[in-house]
This record gives sequence, structure tokens and C-alpha cells, in this order.
Amino acid sequence: MPIHEKHLIRPENLLRKDKLEVEGVDVSGDWSTFIQTRVIADYNESLQDEIAALPGGENIHRCWQCGSCTNACTVNMLNPDFNPRYWIYLIRLGLESELVRDKDIIWQCVSCNKCTYACPRDVVPEAVMHATAHWLELKGYVPEKPSVIFDEAFSGQVFARGKIEEGRLMRKFFARTGQKLAQPWLVAMVKGLVSRMPVGLLMRLGLAGIIHPSTRNWGRKRAAINEYVAEQNARHRRALGLAAQPTESHS
Amino acid sequence: MTDKYQKVAYYPGCALEGTGHGYNRSTKEVGKALGLDLVELDNWNCCGAMEVKNVDPKLQTFLSARNLKIAEDMGFKTVMAPCNGCYHNLKKAEYDLAHDAGSRETVARLSEKSGEQPYEAGKVETIHALEWIKDAVGEEELRKRVRNSLNGLKIANYYGCMYVRPRHIFPEKDRGPGSESTSKPHFMDDILAAAGAENVEFPLKTACCGGAHTLSDSDTSTRLVLNILTTAEACGAEVIATECPTCHSGLEMHQARAEKVFGKKTKVKILYFTQLLGMALGLSARKVGVHENFSESRDLLKAKGLG
Repeated sequence: MPIHEKHLIRPENLLRKDKLEVEGVDVSGDWSTFIQTRVIADYNESLQDEIAALPGGENIHRCWQCGSCTNACTVNMLNPDFNPRYWIYLIRLGLESELVRDKDIIWQCVSCNKCTYACPRDVVPEAVMHATAHWLELKGYVPEKPSVIFDEAFSGQVFARGKIEEGRLMRKFFARTGQKLAQPWLVAMVKGLVSRMPVGLLMRLGLAGIIHPSTRNWGRKRAAINEYVAEQNARHRRALGLAAQPTESHS
Repeated sequence: MTDKYQKVAYYPGCALEGTGHGYNRSTKEVGKALGLDLVELDNWNCCGAMEVKNVDPKLQTFLSARNLKIAEDMGFKTVMAPCNGCYHNLKKAEYDLAHDAGSRETVARLSEKSGEQPYEAGKVETIHALEWIKDAVGEEELRKRVRNSLNGLKIANYYGCMYVRPRHIFPEKDRGPGSESTSKPHFMDDILAAAGAENVEFPLKTACCGGAHTLSDSDTSTRLVLNILTTAEACGAEVIATECPTCHSGLEMHQARAEKVFGKKTKVKILYFTQLLGMALGLSARKVGVHENFSESRDLLKAKGLG
């Protein structure tokens, strides 16, 4: 598979000159100015350190830009703009404003680990993607993305009780993302299941919705985990030079 | 064939108690039919799945390591996890505890605060249901046990991501002949061939179904699943055999969603490999929980004289 590179000709870099003459030659029309002279003054010199301070970003300094990650990437196959190698490049140079242009797709990493499998330098690009998505949120560039809402709903159940219950998780996720639970495809699927009368399974799922599955004697673990999470959150905010508490809550 | 897997600790995980119950049921039934003992871990907890690591990877190590400790305390040297997610996380906890001081420290601290002894690397081996059947029974013995051959049923074997990637957490794989391969896995192919199936050449054995974003980025998942389904059909498969509850329900959900939302209908059936193996061993379709799957496959099974 070829390595899809990021397109350098962007719509905003196209110049239209209705009348342009250069040394007696008429060169009117559309011009791409992707090599436009520019002075970059907004480097974030600590961008790499900020990503490295978040869980998963630790190995970003090891990257030597071979592009194996992008070449192997599942999401890149669907969207050529999803380019882990390029983002790692921008982070290492400190080009924050360029990175932020892709803020709405970085969270889409599906964690298939093909990049981590292919990486010859143990950068763990999959984890770097999650650290970068996390960074975008902490810096306030993006609101909480659906995947983060799902991660938090899921982890919240695990931290509280030791186990999860899928029905409740789905209801909570759909409610928090403002979607109807009665999606036509979901309804069709559940109707199909019910028509086969899996009595034991339906009772099991129904019961799990009332008596939540849980691990016994979980209380002390819940307290230890919650304390650890709070401590880590504070550490991440400090590393990014942010105030101890977020100014607005997304909940 | 090895006796050391005759009796192992069993870690079903959350999905197998819910939407993946057909996998749980069929795994236990196949074990019973083959004379293998499974002893469920006492008071286990969630391994962290694919979500907790995004909050904090070391918390996932703590959650998974606690299950390994339970297996150790119950006197087991081996724990079997049929779910790719559980299997992967237990393997990853084992690797991280052996190689990363930071992970050891966090697990020790959280264990102490929750009043438990921390797990130390090297005490318990984690295996997948595929390795369990392949090593405890083997193809030769399986061929002798088949009562109702799959009789040339055309199967695409789908292993997904977490069974093979990343390579470093599976030190026993890629060890030459006889071992499992991370680039071209074959344990499921071997088991189902012994049960009488005809495995089709399927290039997407370890492609991603988008399971991590099955609900949060549904269109991406549907496109990835549709690619898997149409490729399996183009390869001549009647059935996609699965070995992971997240892949399995992802394929089922997005097969339905592709039809309703994208107008793309596919007819390939989706069944757990343990369900197929169970039916080949003479168990009924209901016994191996085919009716608990979200997709309908009984017509094909009936036509093929299975179940």
C-alpha cells in the first residue's frame, strides 16, 4: 500500500490572479502558494514535552519519521488526512497551530495497534494518538469527543463496581451524546434476537440491568483507584501549565 | 497435545456474561465434550477492556494483574481467557510488570491501599481459548472426536487485532513451526479444518473491525466491518468464524447497520469458533447458544445438517 502523504495544496493557499503578467508573459489564473514565504513565530517549544508528560506519549522522542505507522494505519485507509507520522512530526517541531488544524479527527484512532506492531523504534504511536487527543481536550481546543465520553462511562462503571453491564453503558452513552437509543438498526437486531427466544439470555440481561454486576469487597479498591485518578489528573494539568481545576465542566 | 491444560482457571470477562453469552456457553460446552476442566476465577473484576487504558494505562495493568493474582491464589499456573480483550490485557499486564518499574510500583501501591497482595510477573501463564483447545487436545484427537463433520462448510477465520498485536506481549508467538503466527494466525483454521470445515483464503484475518469505536464512531466501524464482510463473501465464505466477543458483536451490529444505514446487504453468517466446533462434536445449535447471537444463522446451519 502506498504511503498517503498529506496534501500540501490547501484551498486557502490557492491564489486567483485575474490579470497577472510576469516579464511580458500572461500567467493569470489559479496559483498555489504552498511554498509561500512565511515567518513562524508561534512555536510551542515545549509541545513534545507536554505530550510526553501524558500517559502514552512517553516515547514520542524516539520517532525517526520512517512513516511505517501511517503506512499500516487502519483509519488512514478510510481518511488520508489521518496521518500519525505527520502529527508526530508537528509535535516534535512544536508546530501547535498546524497540529490543531486536525483536532477533530485525531480522536478517531481505533487502537488496532498496527502502527505499534510496525514501528521499528518503539514509539507506540497508538498511545501517542491517545495522548494527543487528551492534550487537545486539556488545552481546551476541543470539547469531549464521543470516544472519551464512552471511555469515561465505561471506566466509571469499572472503578465503581469492578465490572460493567453493557445495557446500562449503552443507555448512558446514548443519553450523554444526545442520541436516540431506538436506532432503527439496533431495533431490528434486538427484534431478531428476541424472536429466537433466548429466554436464559434475556433474563440474564434484564437482571443485570436491575442488580448491577459487581466484584465483592470492591470498596477499598474503588477508593484507591479514585484517589490515583485524581492525583494523575492534577499531575497532567501541572505538566501543561494549566490551573489545578478545569474552568468549565463538560459533564 | 499437553496435559498441563487439562484443568485451567477460567476468566470469562464482562462481555461473556452479557452480549457474548453464546461464546461463554459454547466454550464451556466444548470443554465438557472434550473432557477439559474449567474453574472460574473467584470474584474476578473487569480487565479494563479498551477503555480504561485511555484514562490511565497503569490502572489497566492493576485491574488485569488482580485477576492473575486470583488465579495464582487458587493454585493455578494457567488462566484461559476466550475474549481477545481480556487475553490481551492479561498478557500486557504480565509484560509490563516484567519490564516496567513504573507499572510495578503503581500496582504495588494500589494493591496495598486496597488491602491485597500485588501480583508478581511470571507466576501465571495466560492463554486464549484457541491455544487451550489446540494445545490441550490438538487436531489429531479432534478429528477422532468429530461426530457431525462441518462437511466442507466454507469458513473465513477472523482473529482481529488484540490476539496478535503488538507482537512484544506475545513472546510465545512467531517461534517457527507449530507456534502461532502474529501476521498469519492459523490456530482457528487448524481447529476448524479438523472439524471438517473448508477454510477459504482470507486476507483480512487480522484486520480491524473498529471495535473500540463501535458506538462512538459508528460510521467508521460500519465501513471497516463492511470491508471485512464483503471480502469474506468475495473469498467464497459462507461463515465468518470469530474468537472475540467484541469482534463478533461488532460484525453482527454493523452488518445490520450497513444494511439499514448504508443500504448494503451482506449474507455471510457470523458464528463463534466454539459454536462451530461444538456442533461438529455433536452438540445441538441451542446447546452452543446459536440462538443467543444477535444475527440469524440457523437457516444455513439447518441446510448444512448442523445443530
